[in-house]
Amino acid sequence: MTPAPIIPLVYYQVLAAIIFTIGVVGVLVRRSALIIFMSIELMLNAVNLSFVAFSRQHGSMDGHIFVFFVMAVAAAEVAVGLAILVAIFRNRDTANVDDVRLLRG
Amino acid sequence: MLDYLGWIPALPLIGAIVNGLGAGRLPRKAVSAIGTGTVGLAFVIALGCFQALLQFPPDQRYHLEQAFSWVDSGDLSVPVRLLLDPLSMVMVLIVTGVGFLIHVYSTGYMGHEKAYGRYFAYLNLFTFSMLVLVMADNFLLMFFGWEGVGLCSYLLIGYWYQRPSAASAGKKAFVVNRIGDWGFMIGMFLIFVSFTTLDFGRVFAEAPSRLMPGSTMATAIALFLFIGATGKSAQIPLYVWLPDAMEGPTPVSALIHAATMVTAGVYMIARCHILYTLAPAALMVVAVVGAATALFAATIGLLQKDIKRVLAYSTVSQLGYMFLAMGVGAFASGIFHLMTHAFFKALLFLGSGSVIHALSGEQDMDRMGGLKSALPKTHVTMLIATLAIAGIFPFAGFFSKDEILFHAWESGGPILWAVGVIGAFLTAFYMFRLYFMTFHGPSRLTEEAKHHLHESPNSMTIPLMILAVLSVVGGFIQIPLVEGGQRLSEFLAPVFADVTHVAGGAAAAHGAEHGGSGLEIALMVISLAVAAAGIFLAYRFYMVDPAAPKRLAEQMRGLYRLVFNKYWVDEVYNDKIVEPIRRGSIALWQKFDAAVIDGAVNGVGRQIERGAALLRQAQTGSVQVYAMVITLGLVVVFGYLALR
Repeated sequence: MTPAPIIPLVYYQVLAAIIFTIGVVGVLVRRSALIIFMSIELMLNAVNLSFVAFSRQHGSMDGHIFVFFVMAVAAAEVAVGLAILVAIFRNRDTANVDDVRLLRG
Repeated sequence: MLDYLGWIPALPLIGAIVNGLGAGRLPRKAVSAIGTGTVGLAFVIALGCFQALLQFPPDQRYHLEQAFSWVDSGDLSVPVRLLLDPLSMVMVLIVTGVGFLIHVYSTGYMGHEKAYGRYFAYLNLFTFSMLVLVMADNFLLMFFGWEGVGLCSYLLIGYWYQRPSAASAGKKAFVVNRIGDWGFMIGMFLIFVSFTTLDFGRVFAEAPSRLMPGSTMATAIALFLFIGATGKSAQIPLYVWLPDAMEGPTPVSALIHAATMVTAGVYMIARCHILYTLAPAALMVVAVVGAATALFAATIGLLQKDIKRVLAYSTVSQLGYMFLAMGVGAFASGIFHLMTHAFFKALLFLGSGSVIHALSGEQDMDRMGGLKSALPKTHVTMLIATLAIAGIFPFAGFFSKDEILFHAWESGGPILWAVGVIGAFLTAFYMFRLYFMTFHGPSRLTEEAKHHLHESPNSMTIPLMILAVLSVVGGFIQIPLVEGGQRLSEFLAPVFADVTHVAGGAAAAHGAEHGGSGLEIALMVISLAVAAAGIFLAYRFYMVDPAAPKRLAEQMRGLYRLVFNKYWVDEVYNDKIVEPIRRGSIALWQKFDAAVIDGAVNGVGRQIERGAALLRQAQTGSVQVYAMVITLGLVVVFGYLALR
């Protein structure tokens, strides 16, 4: 049995960079709050991915611990963020961030 | 009693404050009591101070009372300090005494006025300012009083501010006075430059050593101060405001524009007599201006129809005599005339006020006549005052005017004397014209006025009688030729004594010791004859042959129109001075102020606004756009760092 070919670290990095960029662009250009949320999740997970990859490369558990923290915080953030989003949608019938500008001078 | 000196000006000030704050709330009786009471009390204190002053030997009659330090800055130190010497004593007695009588008179004359409290507040404030003026012991404090009386004059001329003519007369008085004040201030600055003090005592003590007699500085100081005097005391060329000031209530005309304020210039020159004796050229200017004014104003007075305007021009003319006296160095005589004039001119104004009051506001002498029987008290007192101003023996005006004319002959020469004598002739004529037109002849009253005709209440006639007595006996304190008769000169002598030590000032100390009693008698007889001639002519013209003035006017049409229109001085001033300034000001306002200054300010504002509008485009308020810009910025920075 041939050993499973080792995927080089750089592949992970490139994938993480691509996902992160998709997330950034999503946050910057989309107007729907829900999509923006998902884009933020994308960015977080891109980072998670590179953490895990490095962790394995170095044979250390530190990266895994970071990833768990990130996931926990992200879950909490999504819980609060989605609640706000639902509240806004109920009140204003829209999830478009350009329409929510009460505090603009 | 001298300890109470500060109360003399303080009492009227208190009255002004109480009446001013309580205007419209205090009952009329209280206003009258406070208004007259404070001035009356000040007069009583002044009498006490006079008594106290007489206790001192003559050369020690000089009392200073420091109230507080006012300005203290570098070399300039100005205390609020009151000075009492014979000169200011005489002025204080006139201001409080005559002022008190006029206050009493006002309670009758102004009794029907709505703004009664305001009137008395102004009148008390005036009395306070005038007292500060005459009791100040330095130029700045004097200037404070000087401006204060000017302000009160403005306020009181414009008392009936609803009338446009009164409002503009007040404005005119104020503006013309400002021109004079400018001269006063320049004079004051020059004094400070020369002496580094404004204190009377030091300036006058050091003047002979610091200023060369006849030097440019001495002349400049004297002339600039004199400009101030021409403004306040209505001399050529700044006399034009005084006739218009007759728009004010008549007691105001009596107090401010006859007895007290307008004599401030005379007082100021008497106070600064050392500076003037050091500048003979300036003294000559004073004499010439005084004599010219005396004659000029008298001619205008000949043809005026308004009873108060006749008196106004007469006041200008009499002030001219006082300046003539100052100009020939007869300072004591000028003050003497100032005093007698305060008596009889206040009486004339109050008498005319009584007439106007009786006729429900009529001032045109063409609609008077035959009032002798209807107003007996007013008639008799007016006759006394008219005789006094005409200079008939033994009324007060005779002594003072003759003394001035005598000194004019002695120190000024026959020309000044002749001008004075012609003025005296005209004075006698126009005053008796006024008297005959008002009290004698057929009645020319309107039906309306006839209906209301009544003698004035006691509050008005009693001051008239007191002033009438003063107009008769006022001259006796300065009897010429009699040994020991010149009490006023002796009283004032310590003030003017230093003149003799100053070069060129010998003329001033003449008085009795300088002989020429034969000459004095001769001059006296001449001026008496001249006055009698004036009276006789007035009698011929306005009693015997009322058509004569009209015939004469027809014969000399041009001259008549010239004089009747007051030489068109007001019109010339308007055309040549006021209008160009007004037009220039409008041009400056529209072309410079509105276009250049406002344009610059608004332009800067508009440019900033425009720039801001441009910058505002960047501030969209969309978080995503900001995030985009931040991201792009990061990309650029990292790209630069990576590719470097």
